[in-house]
Amino acid sequence: MVDQIILKVEGVSKRFGGLLAVDKVSFHAGKGELLGIIGPNGSGKTTLVNLITGFVRPDSGKVFFRGLDITGKKPYHIAELGMARTFQMVKPFYQLPAFKNLIIPLYSPRVKKLRGGKYGERDDVAIDLLEEVGFERDSFVPYKVASSLPHGYLKRLELARCLALRSELLILDELFSGMSMSEVASTIPIIERLNGEGLTVIMIEHRLRELFRVADRVIALNFGSKIADGSAHEVMESKAVKAAYLGTEAEG
Amino acid sequence: MISSILIYGLVNSVVLALIAIGFSLTFGISGVANFAYGALYLLSGYLTWMLLKYAGLPLVLAVPIAIAIVGLLGFVIYWIILLRVRGIVLSEVIATFALGVGMLEFFRWKGFVTYEFTLPYFKKGMLLIGGVPVDYQRLFIIGIGLALVLFLYFFTHHTRIGWSFRGIAQNQRTAISLGIEPDWTAALSLAFGSAMAAVAAISILPLGIISINMGYDVLLIAVAVGIVGGLESVPGILVASLILGYCQFITSMYLSAEWMMVVYLAAIVLVLAIKPSGLFGKFKELEERV
Amino acid sequence: MAVRYRKERLDRGIKARCEDMFALSSYREMLYLLLPRVLPVVALLTFPLLKGVVGLYWEKVLVITCAIALLALSWDLMASVGLVSLGQAVFFGAGAYLTGFLNNSLGWPCFLTIPCGTVGGALFCTFLLLPVLRLRGVYFAIVTLTLPLLFARFIEASKILGGNEGLSALSPLPNLWFELYVPVLAVLVCLFGFRRLINEDYGLVLQGIRDNDLAVMSGAINIYKFKAQAVFVAGLAGAFVGAFMTHYYRFVGMPAFALDYSILPLTCAVLGGVGTFAGPTLGAFILVPLSEALRTFGTLRVVFYSAILIICVVGLPEGIFHYIQRKYHQFERLIEVG
Repeated sequence: MVDQIILKVEGVSKRFGGLLAVDKVSFHAGKGELLGIIGPNGSGKTTLVNLITGFVRPDSGKVFFRGLDITGKKPYHIAELGMARTFQMVKPFYQLPAFKNLIIPLYSPRVKKLRGGKYGERDDVAIDLLEEVGFERDSFVPYKVASSLPHGYLKRLELARCLALRSELLILDELFSGMSMSEVASTIPIIERLNGEGLTVIMIEHRLRELFRVADRVIALNFGSKIADGSAHEVMESKAVKAAYLGTEAEG
Repeated sequence: MISSILIYGLVNSVVLALIAIGFSLTFGISGVANFAYGALYLLSGYLTWMLLKYAGLPLVLAVPIAIAIVGLLGFVIYWIILLRVRGIVLSEVIATFALGVGMLEFFRWKGFVTYEFTLPYFKKGMLLIGGVPVDYQRLFIIGIGLALVLFLYFFTHHTRIGWSFRGIAQNQRTAISLGIEPDWTAALSLAFGSAMAAVAAISILPLGIISINMGYDVLLIAVAVGIVGGLESVPGILVASLILGYCQFITSMYLSAEWMMVVYLAAIVLVLAIKPSGLFGKFKELEERV
Repeated sequence: MAVRYRKERLDRGIKARCEDMFALSSYREMLYLLLPRVLPVVALLTFPLLKGVVGLYWEKVLVITCAIALLALSWDLMASVGLVSLGQAVFFGAGAYLTGFLNNSLGWPCFLTIPCGTVGGALFCTFLLLPVLRLRGVYFAIVTLTLPLLFARFIEASKILGGNEGLSALSPLPNLWFELYVPVLAVLVCLFGFRRLINEDYGLVLQGIRDNDLAVMSGAINIYKFKAQAVFVAGLAGAFVGAFMTHYYRFVGMPAFALDYSILPLTCAVLGGVGTFAGPTLGAFILVPLSEALRTFGTLRVVFYSAILIICVVGLPEGIFHYIQRKYHQFERLIEVG
């Protein structure tokens, strides 16, 4: 299962003024794994993602993707190499219809390379991608302007934007937050299927129940440092994780 | 010889700093690039002149009144024009730019260009410093420059409005959630910047005659010093004005006066090529926005 | 009970468009769609032929109008990618001086100098502006504001390229038809070309960079490369105007970097409607003849442009073109409420 390591993070740290957001975090993700990252609010999960994907430059430490040192590289370069991410605060192109949102990643050099020469109409590919993530084609949802779509759809649009890139590593930053139970229930099989086909997935989540069911391994963060790393069961039972979420008993 | 270069170079630097601080302050606090800065500078000069000539006010009264009026004008500009277009970079930029150009060309059309437009020296006479004759006005400029820096430091570190300025400058969202109103702060920052333009104008204009092209030059200076030093940092402005001030002065001594402005071009091109955010610029293009 | 009315807007229902195909049901509908596109093109192409009727003066106004329209189109292209330029004159001046230099010092004919001036001027400006593309949008405005002013001072101080007096007695353009038709064709090419560009997927990427550059970056697209491309193409249009006008006036001097070449295209674009390309062109064809007619007012005209700019930016941000477009494609009626 884990024969190759696709992502290696070594001792990355980031300080914002007086706040140490990420403190010497190291972990790795194997090819084809589904890795979960959990931690209470403010534990540095999103900053960690920003450090890995190039949106923020680490103060120290290194990040390796497919063996290449990508520390400090620009985000579009990293995306080009095969890593895609969603944003916790969705960033759609509000003025455009949903399917036109996907034209932009489909226009990237990476997609041109992968699909080769004439890859057919981008519009058609976009509609198909949206159908994959659950936009009902018959009721013309893919044609609706993004600003008119409810939050759950926008989250799935973020996912579709990543899928358009045909990446090897997918990082989902709180994809399920703001989605209804049924939307989550319909999105999980999509992620599982992609993972089964070989796509490595890293999921940052607050909804632990769903995450623990699908994740192969889980990492927990608190106050910027890693406090647990193991299978879902091990992490669930870890004292440190429990203390992080629930607090410890008061003294005396 | 050296001492006269040192002293006059210093005066030049303080002049640049005085001019640049107002623009930088507004931009650093609220992100508004006040392209009407040059026009406001000139307006302060004309206003003072008119107060002296037509209202017959003594200098001691005319000066604070002019500063207050221009400051108020900056405040009003924000509320009437900028408020509606806040956040849309395109419109903000065009609005202040149009205002500035409109005002300056209006002055030109009205004919405010003859040499009777001068402001009086505060005190005539000069002093010998290290064998170099320096007139009181220039000393006064240095004094004002120092006073301004001290005032700014005290203000931003020890008063509530000053704190809210720094808060908004660092992180607007957090500042809002703490009850600091961004629109008031932005309007005040504009008022402050404009008032500082007035202070600079009143101190510097007596050195020569008021001319329309000064309006454009002032904007140019403010921008150039800002770009070199880092538009959001006061120490950057000070250092940049020292560098540019001395370079400019030495250039005007050995080459002709026209080359002074070229120093700015060279400085801007150089800074852009090496460190676009400026010497002290803390530009985190992406990080702040994720 | 008083009867109240409210306005309702409906599409005329004539347009049924799928990609590039129109589903039309009558010649009348075809005319309805083609007319607004064909009419101005025909008008522009025939106007030069009327020089006997209208007089040489207005033909000259046509040339100036096309020049400003081209600068406005160039401005609009940069605005479409999120770059607000307050110094369109720098493109004009770069193209103008390069052309003047090639003609004056190397004696090249205008068939060579104009293309070289266009490409050279655009390359020069693009390289100059490259570092600024990485910074926030306002910085681009700030830097473009200063560049024309500083270049003018530099030329004045160093006395190169003619210094204060400029370069004069340059070669004229071959003939009158060339003088009139080249700007007109250039405007048409840029207008329809830029519109096509924006409607293609490439244009979508440009607008995406303007609206949400982080999302575009996460889509594996190098936004700086695209911004640079947009600046270069816009620069081509701007430098072309400078190059052409140098031979038209047979002179190039410091006025090539004048504020007018920055503020007038800006006003045309904002008045006409930012992002529409047809809007800036329309704005130019309104403002430039108007400005020529009001020549006696001198500098007051600039005050007038500033006033228009402020009013448009604050009160009518969508511009004239959008307004007309809306009226043309939709109709309003009052319907009863309650």
